[in-house]
Amino acid sequence: MPIGDWFKKEQKDDAQSAEKRAVPDGVWEKCPGCNEALFIKELERNHMVCSKCDYHFPISAQQRIDNLTDHGSFEELWAEMHSEDPLHFIGVKAYTMSLDKAKKTTGLQDAAVCGRALIDGRRVVLGVIDFKFIGGSMGAVVGEKITRTIELATAEEIPVITVSSSGGARMQEGMISLMQMAKTSAAVARHSAAGLPYISVMANPTTGGVTASFATLADIIIAEPRALIGFAGPRVIEQTIKQKLPKDFQTAEFNLQHGQIDMIVDRANMKRTISRIIDYMGS
Amino acid sequence: MKRFAYDFERPLVQLETKLDEMKRLESAEKEDIAADICYLEEQIQKLRMRTYSKLTTWQKVQLARHPDRPKMVDYIEAIFTDFIELHGDRAFKDDSSITGGFARLDDEKVMILGHQKGRNTKENIAWNFGMPNPEGYRKAIRIMRLADKFGLPLITFVDTPGAHPGIGAEERGQAVAIAESIMELSQLKVPVIVSVIGEGGSGGALAIGFGDRIIMLENSYYSVITPEGCASILWDGEVSAERAAEVLGLTADKLLELGLVDTIVKEPLGGAHHAPALVARNLKKEIVSALDELKAVGKESLADKRYEKLRSIGHYAEPIKTLTK
Repeated sequence: MPIGDWFKKEQKDDAQSAEKRAVPDGVWEKCPGCNEALFIKELERNHMVCSKCDYHFPISAQQRIDNLTDHGSFEELWAEMHSEDPLHFIGVKAYTMSLDKAKKTTGLQDAAVCGRALIDGRRVVLGVIDFKFIGGSMGAVVGEKITRTIELATAEEIPVITVSSSGGARMQEGMISLMQMAKTSAAVARHSAAGLPYISVMANPTTGGVTASFATLADIIIAEPRALIGFAGPRVIEQTIKQKLPKDFQTAEFNLQHGQIDMIVDRANMKRTISRIIDYMGS
Repeated sequence: MKRFAYDFERPLVQLETKLDEMKRLESAEKEDIAADICYLEEQIQKLRMRTYSKLTTWQKVQLARHPDRPKMVDYIEAIFTDFIELHGDRAFKDDSSITGGFARLDDEKVMILGHQKGRNTKENIAWNFGMPNPEGYRKAIRIMRLADKFGLPLITFVDTPGAHPGIGAEERGQAVAIAESIMELSQLKVPVIVSVIGEGGSGGALAIGFGDRIIMLENSYYSVITPEGCASILWDGEVSAERAAEVLGLTADKLLELGLVDTIVKEPLGGAHHAPALVARNLKKEIVSALDELKAVGKESLADKRYEKLRSIGHYAEPIKTLTK
């Protein structure tokens, strides 16, 4: 599963863009898409989307929640749940150290932020994955929180919405992570059997065990422009087939063309689009 | 015939080859070497114990991938009768890296489903080394639905390095095919018994790899990622797959300890290919006994029980206050 592929790429891009950025911190931001220097206040007003080239900057789970829900309506659940490092995993560094670092940089206990919210006054349960927390990878905590999110929506007979940006299953929790794919998928099955709406939003990137479980099992799948979406990582595919990959391979646009998603919607229109779709789904 | 051997098995295979030679000499009655043969046999027995009785995790992974290891086809022949193979996903093609169909387990009518690894190069190329494309998983879903419709218990065999990584696989929705297969498994109203017989590689294995009972052969593995993939991602290829295998906790005994699998079927020293008939017999015993137990569970509560089983896979910490919300 290709967690690290994306993680690595992101880090490299970050480093490069940090080097190139010759503008003072905190006022201007250089767009990685078109190199335009963007006024940060303006960028924030535009949902962290470049007004020149439509590049979607990576954003936090909280920013996504603000973008999608009625102001002040989000009520977070299970915020304190955290990993127990069940395998006592030590990679390049100890998993516990990666967790501590991720907690510090994001202020979260793990990669999923879940809770109740309103969208244009309509009750939903929302689960958002933050890529900044160990590549948004799904271990026991993300799996459990997403499962509870879906179960709560089933119990209260309301729509569920997930927003994913994840490298896939979390290697550091081994098979426990893999089994979260089954757990979350089983919860979707029950929500769906109850005739309730599920909308999945995929942001850059959504791959591996998250695309191969709950994120693709929604009634409606929406992607952000140019988001990377797929199962296997491009590096793995390239190594296996020993040929160059097509230029737009695994982009949202590629996935739309191949019938894998319903639509591509930019951030400014995401809330309105979700709201309009749910309205058709009889809740 | 030259036998396949991993590095750690080589000294043993050398001795065994020597023994074969000596036996040939003896049978040609060229020399009286009965005493030497007897001595060598003893030495081989001791070395076999030393080589195989304390396998490292990596050595187990190697045995799980051993070219001579019994495959799905072997277990179909050894365990079932009257197999009627089914083909195709009714949309794109027949992916032979996954096979399945009707079969009889003694007097019981069942549906079987599994990854097909080849027993030789020709089969492996035809069956894509047991690495399914989306159409393979869609065929699996068809077979699951048939099992459900006609009330046939589903018996699956897991043996794949992983789902096939390729351009076409992505174009045709590898991720959603696996996700839908997983979701289908979770809803079946018939008993689902899984046997991990070799490699359990990631999501490509999980798609047909969880159920009411998960049985693992002693030297099979089941992992979130291949040791090679883990080494390349987490250590940037600086450490070996051997080291990655140790930390991933992918062996049968570790997974039993974590409560993720239910039963382990022992293998003879050196792996299942040293006594395939015995292993098949023991595996069959476990499958039959699991099926007997599951038949006692009411049809209506099977899927609920399976859900509860999945629901219990956790391993997280949670302060009390969040529980009351």
